[in-house]
Amino acid sequence: MLLVPCPNCGPRNSADLRYGGESHARPDPATAAPLQWRGYLYLRDNPAGWLRETWYCRSGCRRWFTLERNTATNEFRDPPQPGDKRGTKA
Amino acid sequence: MTMSRLGPQPTEVIDRSTTPRFRWNGKRFSGFEGDTIASALAAAGEHVFSRSMKYHRPRGILTADYWDPNLLVQVGDDPNVRAGHRLLEAGMNVQAQNVWPSLRHDIKAANGLVSRFLTAGFYYKTFMRPQKLWPAYERVLATFAPGGKVDPDTPHRYHDKRYTHPDVVVAGAGPAGIEAAVAAAAAGARVLLVEHEHAVGGHLRYSSQEPDRAALSELRAALDASGVEVLTDSTVTGRYEDNWLGIVQRSHPIAVERLIKARAKVLVVAPGLIERPYVFSGNDRPGVITSGAARRLINLWGVKPGERAVVFTANSDGDEAAADLDRVGVEVAAVIDGRDGRRISAAQGSSKALEAVLSGGTRTEADLLVVAAGWTAPTSLLNMSGDRPVYDPAVARFFPSDPPGNVLATGGLAGDGSLDELRAHGTTTGKLAAQRAAAVAHRYQARTARALPVTGDEPAWAADLRVPLRRNHHPELYRSDTHGMIDFSEDVGSKDLVAAAREGYDSVELAKRYTTATMGSAQGKLETVNTVAAIAEARGETIAQVGTTVWRPPYAPLTLGALAGRVFEPVRVSSIHPWHEANGVRTILAGQWIRPDHYGDPAAEVRNVRANVGLIDVTPLGKLDLRGPDIPNLLNLLYTNKWSKLPVGKVRYGMMCAEDGVVLDDGVTGRLGDDHYLMTTTSSGAGGVWEWVENWLQTERPHWRVHVTPVTTAYSSINVAGPKSRELVSRVAEGVDLSSEAFKYMEVRTATVAGVAGCFMWRIGFTGELSFELHVPAGHGMHVWEALMEAGADLGVGPFGLEGQRIMRLEKGHFIVGQDTDGLTLGPSTGLSPLIKLDKDDFAGMPELAWAADRKLPMIVAIQPDDPNVVPEEAAQIVRGDTNEILGRITSSRMSPTLGRSICLGQVEPELAAGGTKVTVLLVSGERISATVMDHHAHFDPDGERLRG
Repeated sequence: MLLVPCPNCGPRNSADLRYGGESHARPDPATAAPLQWRGYLYLRDNPAGWLRETWYCRSGCRRWFTLERNTATNEFRDPPQPGDKRGTKA
Repeated sequence: MTMSRLGPQPTEVIDRSTTPRFRWNGKRFSGFEGDTIASALAAAGEHVFSRSMKYHRPRGILTADYWDPNLLVQVGDDPNVRAGHRLLEAGMNVQAQNVWPSLRHDIKAANGLVSRFLTAGFYYKTFMRPQKLWPAYERVLATFAPGGKVDPDTPHRYHDKRYTHPDVVVAGAGPAGIEAAVAAAAAGARVLLVEHEHAVGGHLRYSSQEPDRAALSELRAALDASGVEVLTDSTVTGRYEDNWLGIVQRSHPIAVERLIKARAKVLVVAPGLIERPYVFSGNDRPGVITSGAARRLINLWGVKPGERAVVFTANSDGDEAAADLDRVGVEVAAVIDGRDGRRISAAQGSSKALEAVLSGGTRTEADLLVVAAGWTAPTSLLNMSGDRPVYDPAVARFFPSDPPGNVLATGGLAGDGSLDELRAHGTTTGKLAAQRAAAVAHRYQARTARALPVTGDEPAWAADLRVPLRRNHHPELYRSDTHGMIDFSEDVGSKDLVAAAREGYDSVELAKRYTTATMGSAQGKLETVNTVAAIAEARGETIAQVGTTVWRPPYAPLTLGALAGRVFEPVRVSSIHPWHEANGVRTILAGQWIRPDHYGDPAAEVRNVRANVGLIDVTPLGKLDLRGPDIPNLLNLLYTNKWSKLPVGKVRYGMMCAEDGVVLDDGVTGRLGDDHYLMTTTSSGAGGVWEWVENWLQTERPHWRVHVTPVTTAYSSINVAGPKSRELVSRVAEGVDLSSEAFKYMEVRTATVAGVAGCFMWRIGFTGELSFELHVPAGHGMHVWEALMEAGADLGVGPFGLEGQRIMRLEKGHFIVGQDTDGLTLGPSTGLSPLIKLDKDDFAGMPELAWAADRKLPMIVAIQPDDPNVVPEEAAQIVRGDTNEILGRITSSRMSPTLGRSICLGQVEPELAAGGTKVTVLLVSGERISATVMDHHAHFDPDGERLRG
C-alpha cells in the first residue's frame, strides 16, 4: 500500500486518506460552456508520469492538500509544508 | 518402493515417545510427534497419496515439503491440506482427494488411456459449442474437478489480523536469512524473521554433515540471543508498494491463521532455492523423488525412502543424498552423474518394481529413483518489487537484476559459495538493511511536521558494497530425451507445451494460460522454469530469450478466512441502545450503526404515532456544528436554495447536488445564533458531506471564515412524533414556550429537557405528524428517553423504529436520497425544482441544473397499485403495456397501516409523470399489475395540516 506524505501527519497508508484525483481548476459556473464544464467533471489527463493530485487526510489532520506523484513510479515530490497555503487545487 | 521407519537419527525432529493415532482413508495409523502427515504415512509403508488431476495417475511423494503437488489431502472438513507440511495431530481424519471410488482403484485412471484427447486446450476446444450445452458439460466436469470437499456446515473458526511496523523483515530463515536478521538486530533494527517451515535452519536442518550440524546450533544460539522476533510456519505472501507486506502466520496459538500486515522499512529476501524436478518419461511415478525429499525423509523423520535406489545427480545435494541413502542401508544400485553428460531417460514398471532407463538403454531395477537436476530461484518477492530477474545459463537459474534499494536479496537467490560465504553475505546484508532502515526512518520522521524534531542530517543511503556470492556452474537440465510431466498439479506434460507452441501459443504467458501449466497448487515453484524451457525448446530459442512469467502474490496460498480475518470496522450504537435491547428491539445494520428497526409490530408503531405519540432514536442523523460569519455563503454554495435571510431560531430544508447536478444529500439546517448553525445530513451521508464541506472550504473558498465540527455522536437525537407530542414534550421541557404561536413549524429552540441543559429542539416532520426533534448531549440521551417514556405513559407513548419511520415518510411521500434517487437522479427529478434557485451567483452543480431545467427528466412520483392489497417489490420495473420496454421502477413500497392500502414511490419517464397516468408494473413473479400515478407525492395529508398543528 502506498505511503502518502501528508504535510501534517507524515507518511500515512493511502487507505487513511481519500484520493481526490487529479487537481484541476473549477471553471466559472456563470460563464462555463457545457463542453468546458463537462471536461471539468469527467475528463482527466491521466499521464504516465508526474501528476498534481489532491488527497484528503480523513483519518488524521482532515486537510485537503495537493502534491505531485509520478504515476509510473509512485514517487512523490514537492509536498506542501504545513501552513503552506498551497493546499488548494491548482 | 517400500518405505519404512529407520532407527533414531541424530538429526531427526520427531519425538518417538509420543505416538499420535490418526485415520487415513478410514484405516487406523499412528506416527510420531513431529511427523508430517506424509512422513507418518510413508513410514507406515504408504506410497500412493493422490491421483493426478486429469489422468488420475497414481502419485507419491515428490518433494516431501510444502510445495509437494502430490500430497494434497482432506483433513476432516479442511480440503487441500498439504500433507508434506502439515504436522500430524492425534485424531486427524485424513482422506485422499480426487479419487473415485478409492485411491487404489480409481476408475478415472481410464482417462490416461485417452490422454491424447485430453491435451492442451482440451476444455476450450471441446466444450465451447454448442454453447447451450454448457450447463450439462459443467455438471459432468464438476465431478472431475480436483480438490477436496467443502462442508457448508463447517463451524466458523477464528482468524486474526495484526499490523506491525518493523525496521527489517527477513523472508526465510536459512543460514543467510538468520545471519541477516541477527546482524540487523545487532545494528539496532527491530527485526521480524519469517520462516515458511516449522523450524529455522533452512537446508542445514536436513543435512547429516557435521559442519552443517555445528553451524545450525551456532545460528540457533545466535538467533535466540538476538532479540529478533521469529515466526515459523509463516510465509511472506506478497510485497506491495513501499514494502507493505502480507505475512500469513499458520502457527498462531489461537487463530487458525493470522494475516499480518507489515510496513517494513527494508525487506531482506532469503527464501533459498527450490529443487526442480527433471522431465523424462515416467517422472511422475511413485518412487521418483527429489534429492531434497530423500534427505528430508531420512534426516528429519527417520524414514527409509526405499530399499534399492538409483540416484541421478548433477550437484552436491544429489551426492549427499546418495551418501545419506547408503548410510541408512538403502542399496544404491547406480549413481548417474549428470555433470558428465549422462542422462536418465525413463522410469518404467510399477511403483513396487521401478526400472530406471538411462539414455542409451541401460536399465537398472530399483524401487526408488532420486533426482537432483537443479534449482529454481523463487524470485517472487523480487518480481513483486519490480525486479526482472535475469537467467544465467552457466548456473541454470535466474538471478536478481536490479531490485529497489529497500529490497535486498541474500542466500541462494544471490549465489552459491560455501556455507561460510553464504553466512558472511547474510551478515553484510543484515548490516546494510539496518543502515538503510535507519535512513528510511529518518526520512519518515523528517516528513512528520509535528513529531519531535529530528536531529542531524538524514543518514546517507548506504551503498551496497557486498561481495557478490560465487555462482557454481550447473548443467542446464530441463528435459531429457523423452517427454514427461512438467506441471504435476495440473497434469501438464512437456508434450502439451510443445503442442501449445505448435498451435501458436508460443509465448510463455499464452502457453501458461492455454495449458494451465504453473497455475496449480504449486503455483510455479516446481514447474515454471521447466515450462519456460519447454517453450524455448519448441521455439528453438534460449531460456533467456523466452523469458519467464511474472510471479504475482500470493507467494503461498492463504485461506479466504485469513484474508477476511477479524473485522476492524467499528460498529456504533446510540447511548439509548441498552433501552432498545431491553424492550424487544429488532435491529438493522444501517451504515456503521446498529439501529432499532422495530419492536415487534411496525404497523402498530405507526398507528400509535398517528393516534398518540411515539419516540424514535435518530442519533445517527448526521450533525455538523457550523460557526463563523461566512456560513450563509457556505450554505448558499452547498444547497440549491437560498440561505442568506434565515433568521435566528428558524430551520430550513435544503437539497445538495454534486457538481454534475445529481442529488447528493438532503436535510435541515437551523440557525442557533448569529454565527452559529447546526446542519443535519442523512445518516448514511454524514461522513461524506463533512468531507464535501471541508473540500469546498479548504480548496475553493479558503478565505471564508467557517469552522466545521462533526457532532453526530456528541448528541443523542430523539424524535417525538404524534398529535400528543406537544403535551409530552411540555411535561419535561423547561424554559421554552411550546405553543403553536410561539414555536412554529420549522423553528428551533434551546431548552432544558428533563433537567438536562443545553438541549435544542426543532419542529420538523419527516413522519408527517406534529413532532419535536430533541438533540441532547449524548451522555444524557438515555436519561431523557426514559424521562419521556415515563412522562408519557398516560398518553400512550411508545417507541417506533426505522421501519415505522420509513412507512410514515412514504405515506407522506418524502424521498430518501439513495433509496428513491440514484447516481443519475438530477435535482429537478425529485419534484423540488422550486428549491433550485438558478438566480444565485453560484452553487454546487448550478450549470448542470440550469441546463437540466429545460429538459424533460425522469421524475419521482407517488404510485398506488389499483389492487390495494398488492405491494410491488422495490426495484420492480415499470414497463410499457405487455412489452418489456422499461419506463421506470418502483423505488419504495409498503403497505400503509394508515390508509389500509399499498403505496409506492417510483421513478418514471417524463411521459408517465402526470397525476392520473396508468402504468404497468412488472412484478418479480412475472405478473403485471396496473397502478396509478398520484397528483401529489404525499399519499396521506397532502396539505400537511397535521404537522403544522
